[in-house]
Amino acid sequence: MINSAHAGTLESSDVYIQINPIEEDIVEIELHSSVAELYDDMIEELIRDTLKEMGVTGINVHVQDKGALDFVIKARLQAAVFRACGTVPSWEEQS
Amino acid sequence: MNKYKKIDKNVVIEKRDSKICESIEESIKRSGLKDGMTISFHHAFRGGDKVLNNVMKIIASMGFKDLCLASSSLASVHDEVIQYIRSGVVTQIYTSGLRSKLGEAISNGLMEKPVQVHSHGGRVHLLQSGELKIDVAFIGVPCIDKFGNATGSKGRSQCGSLGYAMSDAHYAKYVVMLSETLEPFPNTPASISQDQVDAIVMVDEVGDPSKIGEGATRMTTNPKELLLARRTARVIENSGLFKNGYSLQTGTGGSSLATTIFLAQMMEKKNIKASFGMGGITGTMVYMLKNNLIEKLIDVQSFDEFAAKSLGENPNHIEISANEYANPSSKGATIKQLDVVVLSALEIDVNFNVNVLTGSKGILRGASGGHCDTAAEAKLSIIVAPLTRGRIPTIRSRVHTIVTPGETVDVVVTDQGIAVHPRNVELKKRLKKAGLTIVDIKELHERAIKLCGQPKAIKHTDKVVAQIRYRDGSIIDEVYQLAH
Repeated sequence: MINSAHAGTLESSDVYIQINPIEEDIVEIELHSSVAELYDDMIEELIRDTLKEMGVTGINVHVQDKGALDFVIKARLQAAVFRACGTVPSWEEQS
Repeated sequence: MNKYKKIDKNVVIEKRDSKICESIEESIKRSGLKDGMTISFHHAFRGGDKVLNNVMKIIASMGFKDLCLASSSLASVHDEVIQYIRSGVVTQIYTSGLRSKLGEAISNGLMEKPVQVHSHGGRVHLLQSGELKIDVAFIGVPCIDKFGNATGSKGRSQCGSLGYAMSDAHYAKYVVMLSETLEPFPNTPASISQDQVDAIVMVDEVGDPSKIGEGATRMTTNPKELLLARRTARVIENSGLFKNGYSLQTGTGGSSLATTIFLAQMMEKKNIKASFGMGGITGTMVYMLKNNLIEKLIDVQSFDEFAAKSLGENPNHIEISANEYANPSSKGATIKQLDVVVLSALEIDVNFNVNVLTGSKGILRGASGGHCDTAAEAKLSIIVAPLTRGRIPTIRSRVHTIVTPGETVDVVVTDQGIAVHPRNVELKKRLKKAGLTIVDIKELHERAIKLCGQPKAIKHTDKVVAQIRYRDGSIIDEVYQLAH
């Protein structure tokens, strides 16, 4: 991953995800969520799992969540990663 | 018995105006208010109330401490109360509702004594049983005469029914009326009558009636709410109760209001007329009265200007007190004659318990209102709510706060299916036969959790910040201080 990218919106039930490449080989997550008190752990776990699946590290993920369901968060994150990599994914392989 | 002694007739004309005080301060002095006493307010103006803050400011400036504030409800406009709790002016609260910053501060442990949250009927029960003794009631009214006859259906700030104030005036030891329009004596018909009034103060404003609804009476265009409303109307249609002479109460909120409109259409088509419509009355109900779809409106609180206006004009639109509305120990609460009630919910659990008080994060942000009163007495109580609100599941394994016990709920309508309380075998059959999607409430819960995920438990300390009083005065649940 070389570029910064973003996906999503700040609409209710959506999520806005901004990703930036970083030097260290880690995953940094900054999470702001309207449902943080109830779901922050679940959202963070989902982000880590999705990035693992995609084999991405060295990334800073800035999440502004407005109560999006899991599949929305996952799709937005995947879209952001593809944009950052400049690749066209084969959608069949994504779940 | 004493023997009659001759008296001197001495009519002092000035005394005829003696109830009128120069200022709020003077009325407080006359009332004999002391530290530790209980003062009351009513919430007919809801978010538009201008009396409570005004009077509290003067009470605080006069140096009173340790008062019990018993308002029939508290709206977001009453956040100013926080400062009076901090300064020790108010140390105890009785109310039906808590919202906004005040609700949040209390949830975070602002008060030593837990707030007593009562229903509208339950408040009168507490007044009647003597637990809640109002020493001085401060009652804002749109118009009054010099002897104390007051009404809400006239005047510049016409608010309609004074139902809650009527019960407070009946039980309070000392009644101060605040008003902005002085009518010639006798100002009749009066909702609160001269024989209940001790003092009168004329003020600039008692309330802004345009803020009574505060969005609660908007007509929805939200497709989910419309779907819920259509389904609810179909439940009523097929309940076996939908016939000439049935009675109905619908609350505020998008789905409930829309249900009323769909019902009106069905009643027109099927030529069905209701005997009475009740509750917080809205313009939709007034429309039904005018169009001969309802015989009478029984009004404890007018929710918009149409209702307020109609109450003053239409002899079939009748004002009742909270005691006549919902008090379980009243000799005659109208809800005991009610067929169908449509209610909303913040959360419902798999045992049909309903929470209308605390939000998804455990913060006090709602009101008990007439929810548990009507659910207990109506033949058919229907709770309407979407399965999820954003990522927040509405159907829970256990509601955060029980306001209305599941035993009194008959049907739960969601956008993903209708659940019928297992006790209603016959009703379930009827609704199934009508082609409605009936599901087990546990299935609804599973579905909600599948979509949203299992939310984390809300962290709290063991300090009780609010006690939920059921309508008979018992404690049905407690709310704990949030832990951070």
